[in-house]
Amino acid sequence: MSADVELDRVTVRFGQFTAVKEASLKIAGGEFFSFLGPSGCGKTTILRTVSGFLDPSEGAVRIAGKDMIGIGANKRPTALIFQNLALFPLMTVAENITYGLRVRGMNKADRRKRADELLHLIALPGQGDKLVSELSGGQKQRVAIARALAVEPQVLLLDEPLSALDLKLRQHMRNELRAIQQRVGITFIYITHDQGEALTMSDRIAVMNNGVIEQVGDGKAVYDEPRTSFVASFVGENNPFAGRVAKADRTGAVVETPFGLLRGRNPNGVKEGDKAILFVRPEALRVGEGPKDATVTSTVLNVAFEGNASHIFLKGADKKDITLTVGRLERVEIPEQGSTASVTYNPDLGLVLPEGKLARE
Amino acid sequence: MSRLFVYLIPVFVIAVFMVMAHFERRVAHDPTHRGFFDRNGTVLGIAFIALVAFWTLFLVVLPYLYMVQESFHPKLVAAERGGPKDILTLEQYRSFFIQPTDGEVNTTHLWAFFFSLAASAAVTVLNFAICYPLAYYMAQAGSVQKVRLLMLALIVPYWVNEILRAFSLRLLLASKGLINQVLMGLGLTDAPVDFLGNNVGLYVGLSYAYLLVMMFPLYNAVESLDKNQIEAARDLGAPWWRIHKDVVIPYAKPGIASGCTMVFMLSAGSLAAPQFLGGPKTLWFTSIVYDFFFQAFNWPRGAAYAFLLLAGCIALVMLMLRVFKVSLGETIR
Ligand SMILES: Nc1ncnc2c1ncn2[C@@H]1O[C@H](COP(=O)(O)OP(=O)(O)OP(=O)(O)O)[C@@H](O)[C@H]1O
Ligand SMILES: [Mg+2]
Repeated sequence: MSADVELDRVTVRFGQFTAVKEASLKIAGGEFFSFLGPSGCGKTTILRTVSGFLDPSEGAVRIAGKDMIGIGANKRPTALIFQNLALFPLMTVAENITYGLRVRGMNKADRRKRADELLHLIALPGQGDKLVSELSGGQKQRVAIARALAVEPQVLLLDEPLSALDLKLRQHMRNELRAIQQRVGITFIYITHDQGEALTMSDRIAVMNNGVIEQVGDGKAVYDEPRTSFVASFVGENNPFAGRVAKADRTGAVVETPFGLLRGRNPNGVKEGDKAILFVRPEALRVGEGPKDATVTSTVLNVAFEGNASHIFLKGADKKDITLTVGRLERVEIPEQGSTASVTYNPDLGLVLPEGKLARE
Repeated sequence: MSRLFVYLIPVFVIAVFMVMAHFERRVAHDPTHRGFFDRNGTVLGIAFIALVAFWTLFLVVLPYLYMVQESFHPKLVAAERGGPKDILTLEQYRSFFIQPTDGEVNTTHLWAFFFSLAASAAVTVLNFAICYPLAYYMAQAGSVQKVRLLMLALIVPYWVNEILRAFSLRLLLASKGLINQVLMGLGLTDAPVDFLGNNVGLYVGLSYAYLLVMMFPLYNAVESLDKNQIEAARDLGAPWWRIHKDVVIPYAKPGIASGCTMVFMLSAGSLAAPQFLGGPKTLWFTSIVYDFFFQAFNWPRGAAYAFLLLAGCIALVMLMLRVFKVSLGETIR
């Protein structure tokens, strides 16, 4: 059984410091929902509030429509997978997996049976008597998942569970997690600061910054239709061109950037004279001349070959490079390092957003 | 003559160890390993060994060995030592069970022995009951400032010397002491409670004296436990007492064992607190040992009694480690 989770203007403060500000959203039952954001933005805080280790300073958490205030972590229909897994080192794999059932008073024979079922689910059959320390990183990962699933939670909470694994294993576990979620059909709330992880696995993503949820949407929406400068710069690579809006209407806007007037779509309805940023993705740029209000000319700083694609770095404003990605099979002439080159884009793929904080920098 | 053979024991033990080391090297031969003398040079190597040997032999091993062999001799005046009467005997150990004067069972000493061990065990349990919640709070739950304050409150009282501590406790618990006056003032009792006669003072005093000895191993053990383990258990539905039973205590078991062992050994061997705080009818075993050494000048019997106490303590500790499935190695980790 899966349950929906609702955050209703949840605010969490630690003393004077506000870690989460008025977070409101509704996660449907059976959804794979991710929180994506840079380190320290309040992801873990939200998860701990849902699982019951923290009480919101204001607002409410509802699970399956029921207000969770005053219900302890051990009484909620959630199970949490910790960032460091927190398996019990003195128990065997099977004892770990069935600990929640033992607490609930299930007898030994039934526990043994359930452990076998779960070990099958995580593809570790017959390994129940091993000690946790005898497992590999990926196997520990799966034991942690089984331990959480054993108590049949309605909501599974995962706090960056893959961050400790190496790249190959991480990619493998992504598919595995997604497959497990589809098999058991319960709500997954997944935390990560890795946008690739969020985009590949999730039904929907909430992008967070500084304790604020900036945007909620599916991967495509968050990538193609970012609503704030932060989301545009955090999710995927993006080239920002900042300046004042010279001309704006419903369909588009022209921004006066250090590279001249440049055009893009105007989904947020910025007005003439506003400070704004035009975003163009590296894969939307191509080498060559185009319409004057969609062409940037600058010095080529560097060309990096990366197997399936090449990245061309042009000198940008404020010491920020402009990145352009060229696919391996695109037959274009790659400009020489140090030469001056023009790059252009389809104005429909440029996006003008109100000025705001950018990710990283 | 029999006294001399004691000095041969260390030589024998060292020889045994050397043979063992030799065989081990043969079994687990490591080609990259360089011998002790290869690493340090012959002169320095001999100097090191000589220093360590001197330390272990003269400061650690020999005094005890001397006491061991003393306990197997009769009590003699100086002139008779080494004479025909100086024979090996179990007489001193037998006197613990059967009184040499009248052949009766030595109930006084036997009772003192068991009382001392039982009381020490009680003190250990009491101490654990006090320290575990404190250690858990300090290591896992409390905020940094409160923990620091608590730590200070625990340590500072130990600056006060033992005599002062014991006697102020006596004052507090005496029949006209503060506690009795408060109790009577509140009308809870009519006559003063005889805390000292009932050994309340003894238990309190001993527990307090070794509080830190229990505290620090416990604190160290609990402190290194990952907080997430506790939360994981809680998240899986465990109530608080189960978290302690299944997660915290198993993890802290070596620390608990080490704290309990030390508190038990120290209380059983303590001398001052039982003398100052015990009731008039209470006879602590170490007092008997003390009297043999310094009142009766009967060193052989004192030594025998001291070793009986040691053996009793070790036996009990080993039994407890067995029962709670802790290996001795873990407790000194
Ligand atoms: N117990 C606490 N007391 C005080 N401040 C806290 C506490 N827990 C978290 N914070 C603060 O709240 C903010 C958000 O922390 P949180 O752990 O939610 O970040 P996060 O998004 O999970 O980051 P990361 O990706 O690094 O895990 C941080 O600035 C952190 O310093
Ligand atoms: Mg976190």
